[in-house]
Amino acid sequence: MISLIQNLIDALSLGSLYALVALGIGLLFGILRLINLAHGDFITVGAYALIVPSTEAVAQLAIGGFHPILLLPSIALIVVILALLTDALVFRPLRRAAQPSLMIASFAVSYIIQNGLILIYGARPKNLNLWPALTGQIALGELRLPTLQIVTIVTTLVLMIGLALFLKRTSYGVQMRAAAEDFRMARYLGVRGNLVIGMAFAISGVLAAVVSLLFLSQTGSLETGLGVPLALFGLVAVVIGGMGSLVGAVVGGFLVGAIVTLLQAYLPVEMRSFRDAFAFAFVIVILLWRPSGLIRAKAFDQRV
Amino acid sequence: MSAEAVSVKFQGLAALSDVNLTVLRGEVVGLIGPNGAGKTTLVNCLTGFQRPTTGRVIVAREDTAGWAPPRFRKAGVARTFQAGRLFRDMTVAENVEVTGVGLGLDRKTAHAQAMVMLDWLGIADKADRTAGTLAYTDERRVGIARALVIPPAFVLMDEPAAGMSDAEGEELISLVTSIPGKFGCGVLIIEHNMRVIMNVSTRLYVLDGGRILAGGTPAEVQANPAVISAYLGADI
Repeated sequence: MISLIQNLIDALSLGSLYALVALGIGLLFGILRLINLAHGDFITVGAYALIVPSTEAVAQLAIGGFHPILLLPSIALIVVILALLTDALVFRPLRRAAQPSLMIASFAVSYIIQNGLILIYGARPKNLNLWPALTGQIALGELRLPTLQIVTIVTTLVLMIGLALFLKRTSYGVQMRAAAEDFRMARYLGVRGNLVIGMAFAISGVLAAVVSLLFLSQTGSLETGLGVPLALFGLVAVVIGGMGSLVGAVVGGFLVGAIVTLLQAYLPVEMRSFRDAFAFAFVIVILLWRPSGLIRAKAFDQRV
Repeated sequence: MSAEAVSVKFQGLAALSDVNLTVLRGEVVGLIGPNGAGKTTLVNCLTGFQRPTTGRVIVAREDTAGWAPPRFRKAGVARTFQAGRLFRDMTVAENVEVTGVGLGLDRKTAHAQAMVMLDWLGIADKADRTAGTLAYTDERRVGIARALVIPPAFVLMDEPAAGMSDAEGEELISLVTSIPGKFGCGVLIIEHNMRVIMNVSTRLYVLDGGRILAGGTPAEVQANPAVISAYLGADI
């Protein structure tokens, strides 16, 4: 029983991370039809921004040494600026380009960021122990809950509720949802396209920044490709959740987290190194069952 | 607003040839013509959805060449679509609010304005329904509300009564005729029902094969021999 609950907490915490990544990817896809493969690298930059830029093997904290109240907005700001720059320099000139061109461009952005990081920080992984206090455990009777996992789950819940309220209640949110359903129509009703797209990039950047801090606290290791697998799982979550649906992205994120965690826990030991192969096989099964994802956005229905 | 010598070519095929048309504020202008005559293409040109291959579209004495889409609505040009084109995952009220917030209103004011408009169209009770669940005729009404909220100077309506029963159609048409008086805007309306269009329009244009075949008051158009032979047939 105890181990089951602990596995569930593991699944929720990993699912939270994937859900946040999936939201960041899904938001941009909804509005721009852009599959942003560079989202993982936004996460990586958020993590590297904590340390002093140098190729030294030992990481020295810069922003990482700030009080969390200052650290969070600083990292968020850096990643948001990166996201907005990416839009201004790469995706804005490609506004009328076809969807595959956008995706290839984001692939290029991903490589440029990774190589830029290698240039500045060196290619070797660096240890970084951010917030050691979070590595403790909270004891609830016999149950021992890792503090970091609880923090991850709570942070994700707060961000999701915040995002939902933003989209539902604010005038920017209404414009973003309208643009996500029918960008052209929204513009002819007076919605400014670049404003809405800029907001989407900014929110996507904030989400990436939070993921980078949570993920780094878990792994304690900086490497230039750290965001890539996160983006991959996030993208898979968006696809099985249903392209174009943010609720779908969240559901997909938690589902992928659950699949991976449960496979890790219950696969026979000698098969665990093939965990991801099993996970992706499961994803294929889901897609065979529901090719357009679990939650279908009405905006993507065929119109008669 | 007016079209001046507007032509549109799709891969060499002329959809519109040298079309001149004017809509003034306060009048209802009808646009009729057989299927494929270019009516929707003309409305697309006038609202910025389609760039004319040659010719100009003038709104409030300004040439609209190079205008970004939001500029058209800011200049007061709104339209409705044959197929509602609503935001189907959003509520009815939110659909109408998009116009308001897009034009810079805060959310609360936009909501209040949207409700006034929905009330006028008789669908205020459906404000919280998801637009994708609406009946076809209500979709049309939401489309009209979305166009008329924050009253535009001109509204272009593409077959607003299509697919409605006679009673519903007549109710809607009486709403349309009250638009100039209520909102002070000019209306351009595409409609197939000849009886309806003759009744509502102060002037009308007949489009055939991408050309304006005739224009004038309903009586003049009905008496025009070219219109009788080419479009209305011998029956009228």
